[in-house]
Amino acid sequence: MEQGARSAGRRDASRRRVLAVGALGGIVAALAPRLAAAKPEDVAAAIKKLYGDKAIAAGKVKLEMPQIAENGNVVPMTVTVDSPMTDDDYVKAVHVFAEGNPIPAVATFYFTPACAKAVCSTRIRMAATQNVVAVAETSKGELFTGKTEVKVTIGGCGG
Amino acid sequence: MATPTPRVRVPAKAKKGEVIEIKTLISHDMEMGTRKDADGKTIPRKIIKLFACTFNGKEVFKSDWQPGISANPYMAFFAKVNESGTFEFAWHDDDGSVYKASSKIEVA
Repeated sequence: MEQGARSAGRRDASRRRVLAVGALGGIVAALAPRLAAAKPEDVAAAIKKLYGDKAIAAGKVKLEMPQIAENGNVVPMTVTVDSPMTDDDYVKAVHVFAEGNPIPAVATFYFTPACAKAVCSTRIRMAATQNVVAVAETSKGELFTGKTEVKVTIGGCGG
Repeated sequence: MATPTPRVRVPAKAKKGEVIEIKTLISHDMEMGTRKDADGKTIPRKIIKLFACTFNGKEVFKSDWQPGISANPYMAFFAKVNESGTFEFAWHDDDGSVYKASSKIEVA
């Protein structure tokens, strides 16, 4: 993958610039082999990398997604975390992972007490039928997780 | 690709302490860097990697995006407003460009 990126960079100057500016391509490349779908273990490893061996309780985090997504390119997702969202107890971050995507990390949402509710919606890409996992971190350092399965008719990760 | 056009929807007026929903959308391919063109060359990755919203200069919400976010990214979230002011939105592209939008709200 790293080699692939380099040769692509030789072919395409703009690619090189993108890599130089972000240096993110390399990081993403290190996280996931190209187009090979991630496995649930990869998500577990990614979560472990974020939070080490800290206990993560199930619950409080709800992922609202369609049970069946016809088009994997655009799957609506609403993340809801049960939290009072006060100055001393609020949800700091929610990490979302898709277990079967080439790059399992999908997004991280950072909330503040000014949000009043730890709720947000977006649209994600899904390569195949898989679980979506969310991990929420509160300002007190507690961790919660929730997951949901989405059946995908047509995958949305190119190729 | 044309310059991404951001669109935001913030209510024009709100009561003090009201929780409002903010919806945002920006036209952007979110090229994931794994697709190939007709010649078999990989199309370089070009996505918006960070979205941030501030109110009167104070951070309200932000989000890191990976290629797993759909093209023309949509983002909706909530905010509690206690005073009149301006919401500012910024989308940070892989290539370093920042697309901006802002919206005023009157709080009675």
